Amino acid sequence: MFFQDAPAETTGYMILGYVVIFGTMATYLLSMITRWRNLKKDQELLDEMDK
Amino acid sequence: MSPKPLALKILDWLSLILLAVATYLVFFYAPMERVMGNVQRVFYFHVATGWVGYLAFYAAVINGILVLKQGQGNSRPWNIIAWITGVIGFLAYGMYRSREIAALEGIGVGLMLVASFSGGIGYGLSRKQDGLHWDVIGLAAVELGLVFSFINIVTGAIWARPAWNTWWTWDPRLVTATIMELIYFAYMMLRQGIENPLQRARFGAVYAILGFVSVPLSYFSISIWRSIHPVVFGAENPEAKASPGLTSDMRVVFFFSLIVFTIIFIDLFWNRIRLGHFTEKIAQRKMESLS
Repeated sequence: MFFQDAPAETTGYMILGYVVIFGTMATYLLSMITRWRNLKKDQELLDEMDK
Repeated sequence: MSPKPLALKILDWLSLILLAVATYLVFFYAPMERVMGNVQRVFYFHVATGWVGYLAFYAAVINGILVLKQGQGNSRPWNIIAWITGVIGFLAYGMYRSREIAALEGIGVGLMLVASFSGGIGYGLSRKQDGLHWDVIGLAAVELGLVFSFINIVTGAIWARPAWNTWWTWDPRLVTATIMELIYFAYMMLRQGIENPLQRARFGAVYAILGFVSVPLSYFSISIWRSIHPVVFGAENPEAKASPGLTSDMRVVFFFSLIVFTIIFIDLFWNRIRLGHFTEKIAQRKMESLS
């Protein structure tokens, strides 16, 4: 690839890279939201038990 | 749990907008690299996530020190010393390396200084806190460090495939970065096995401090050993010095991405700390209702 006139065709790798970046960040964000929602449910349950 | 502070809501939106702008700049402002082609665009977020990973592990070690300092009288002077030492260390490194490429080093070191300084201010404002408070923050830092370092390692492999013709090679930077990731992954696993929260906090603190050895080792690996990894900040090896080959437009996108990911890290860190405190609160209530 270093003895060429035009840039190498590496768009597929770029797309894969950004799928990993945004995919990982979105998955982490989703996991945080899910954990928060589960805690909220636990809190509601504990509140009901206290009544 | 208290409602989300307005400042955090603003930071959430700001992070999202800045990420969109950074993505736009990567795809539409930065020119295509003339040899590698489009895969070079991965480099901007690859370095930014690597930087944030280091920053997160640095925050974890500071919190580890704070956990261990609890209950030993007035701990603040020692913690202030820790921060000052960190700042002087990074400053000394920047000055040493400034003989090579002053502008890049200066901004890199400046970001580190901002991180250290903000942490110091955060500590000063927080006043008296117990060990568990710092443990929650330390755990949040390690979790974020793992996420961003994972992105950094995987995107590095994706870039390496067309550039080096292989997904993986036993290069010092790749090996030390992976060891660093595994060390902190083990931290998460081992924490699960300890039920006593105070014991878990102390164990986590000692582990985070010892595990931090892997962070400078990973960062300096390209200077210590012969490496084929491109050197972005301060290359002593002339063969590696020009490897990233950034034009002025590329530099704008590169530093903008670094700043954006630092802001995203602060935003996620804050959110994760809130989640950690909420988890502790619910766990405590469960224990109370059982007893």
